[in-house]
Amino acid sequence: MKDDVLILGGKSFTNRLLTGTGKFAAHAQIPKMLAASGSQMITVALRRIDATAQSENILEYIPNNVTLLPNTSGARTAEQAVRIARIAREAGCGDFIKIEVITDMKYLMPDNWETLKATEILAKEGFLVLPYVLPDLPLAKRLENAGAAAVMPLGAPIGTNRGLETRPLIEMLIENCTVPIVVDAGIGKPSQAAAAMEMGADAVLVNTAIATARDPEAMGRAFDLAVKAGRAAYLAEMAEESTLARASSPLTGFLDD
Amino acid sequence: MELFINGVKETGEPCTIAELAARKGLAPGALVVELNQQIIKQEQWSVTALQDGDRLELLSFVGGG
Repeated sequence: MKDDVLILGGKSFTNRLLTGTGKFAAHAQIPKMLAASGSQMITVALRRIDATAQSENILEYIPNNVTLLPNTSGARTAEQAVRIARIAREAGCGDFIKIEVITDMKYLMPDNWETLKATEILAKEGFLVLPYVLPDLPLAKRLENAGAAAVMPLGAPIGTNRGLETRPLIEMLIENCTVPIVVDAGIGKPSQAAAAMEMGADAVLVNTAIATARDPEAMGRAFDLAVKAGRAAYLAEMAEESTLARASSPLTGFLDD
Repeated sequence: MELFINGVKETGEPCTIAELAARKGLAPGALVVELNQQIIKQEQWSVTALQDGDRLELLSFVGGG
């Protein structure tokens, strides 16, 4: 386990829980959550300033040893996603970008087609692209060929905490893709994160379930443990399931035999 | 001078980006500026004079997943 590193865009990570900065009651909870969870990569979003709101700089709450993953949320087209990505990089956020292109405001389903177009453009510009998609194997292969650093399929719609509803589709990606698969969105409980890791996901990205827990710091710790347990189980290769019982104790040599 | 700031038309005296940010009370640390779809780095703000009709986006990083 010591040498079990996650490689994203050529960069090594020893922790497989990616986190997000959305929905925290106070920014001050973020560094505590990061310390407790050990998360080494965290998402941020870019928006027009709200002159009426307090102008706290969220980046000041993210320690230097944590890699920033700006997202392109708010983009409805590939062109808008590309523009946001370029701004984020120019603003000093590094080369990682989570592509999120959403036109459906009811289920917040990612637009796979626009996401692929944005990935093709940004990978050529040297970005380390992590596209957020509805799990679809042919699309994932196209993302891979376009130079994506990972593919991030959703488990369930954003913020729903319903877990791995797309499980069989994600399994196809894990089975057939060469880039890391990061399950993003929908994971509501540590047990669901563990399940994702047990089935061979390379990492999970969790925001809502941690940020809106009563104690985000403690929940960050719980998710870290779950991700580590799930990963360890995957590496240990799980025993087979069977329909009929198989005794764990010998069925011979009883006292009355 | 007319400017379009975050899509809204505003009228004001000629100024640089740095002066505009100060006038609006915006802390430079959290601010990202795009001028006519070009990102202007903070070092350039005090020497970048705004022109009539310029389109500015004043942005900042916020919490997001």
